[in-house]
Amino acid sequence: MATEAPTAGEYIVHHLTHLNSTGHAQKAVIDWSVWNLDTLFFSIFLGVVTLFFLIRAANKATAGVPGRFQAAVEILVEMVADQAKGIVHSAESRKFVAPVALTVFLWIFVMNSMDFLPVDLLPKIWQVTTGDSHAYLRVVPTADLNGTLGMSIGVLLLCLYYNIKIKGMSGWVHELFTAPFGGHPLLYPVNFLMQMIEFLAKTVSHGMRLFGNMYAGELIFMLIALLGGTATVFGFVGHIIAGSIWAVFHILIVALQAFIFMMLTLVYIGQAHESH
Amino acid sequence: MNLNATLIAQLVVFFILAWVTMKFVWPPIVKALDERAKKIADGLAAADKAKADLSHAEKKVVEELRKARESAGDVRGAAEKQAATVIDEARAEAARIIAQAREAAQGEAGAAAQRAKEALRDQVANLAVAGAERILRREINAQVHADLLANLKQELQ
Repeated sequence: MATEAPTAGEYIVHHLTHLNSTGHAQKAVIDWSVWNLDTLFFSIFLGVVTLFFLIRAANKATAGVPGRFQAAVEILVEMVADQAKGIVHSAESRKFVAPVALTVFLWIFVMNSMDFLPVDLLPKIWQVTTGDSHAYLRVVPTADLNGTLGMSIGVLLLCLYYNIKIKGMSGWVHELFTAPFGGHPLLYPVNFLMQMIEFLAKTVSHGMRLFGNMYAGELIFMLIALLGGTATVFGFVGHIIAGSIWAVFHILIVALQAFIFMMLTLVYIGQAHESH
Repeated sequence: MNLNATLIAQLVVFFILAWVTMKFVWPPIVKALDERAKKIADGLAAADKAKADLSHAEKKVVEELRKARESAGDVRGAAEKQAATVIDEARAEAARIIAQAREAAQGEAGAAAQRAKEALRDQVANLAVAGAERILRREINAQVHADLLANLKQELQ
């Protein structure tokens, strides 16, 4: 980037490479010794900032007339509490599940919103700071499959926990072999296979849906940036028009995907409470 | 899109954030919301009660007004009746006094006429005696004939 302009392909590949603990792009598809430092930093940083504001609102919360910020937080809490009440029919479980849903919604919303920063802003600052013109940095933690699958596996663990807690170990194992097709011994393997596929599909689709949306959104911002990068009148005007339209549309996606992830979290945990 | 240890870290972060929310964010806000809901419910109930009290008081006022108006009407009726009675009595008394006065005046007038008549009769008797005296000259003694003259006077009555 410093000496000669990268090709479009190089530009995009560079932008889609994580800053990880090895310092270069990860070769293997799965490598448990590698950490994506950028995803970790931004997700933890944004999570802490979000919780900081939430705790501030919670500490100031009174039964009197609320301020605007308190009212906004209360609207969110009410919304999540209502949804949780409608989906998870156990007041005891809701004490943890509803806060989980609120956390997930706000955290994902804020992480998704990193897409609104110009695609080159933080990576450029990072390159200047480190003095390495090829330093990698990705700023949207939800456009990293590790980030989204990490959360969806968290939801899966919660589902398993509540399955065992509500139905008891034997009750749940019984259900694994007798639902959804019936209690005949010949159907046990089919039922079990079906249940395993269900859990796998739920979890993978849960994480993949968010990842896919944010990854695609990020990619389109990069393509639009490439348009402006041509430094022609057409490219400049096109960048402004396309960038504005996509950013506005992306507001919808950012909020919608956060909401969908939260709702599916509630639905999956709600299913763990219901016997077939 | 490679998988690596970030996934595990994210999983842990997910639970930590959720736990913090459950511990420090959710309960105070929900508590405040519930308290406010109760406050508002109490306020609405108090407003309803005040409204009921007000309408009750209004009804009472109307009733009292009606009663006051009624008793005022009674008082006025009684006063009018009494006034009429007083006037009637006064009128009767006046009529009685007038009749009495008229009667007294009539009696007095009658007595006066009688007195005048008697005086007139005396004078006529005297005149007749004087005339007879003049005719008879000395032949009649006033003292001797006093009885006679008294009889005469009696007959003239």
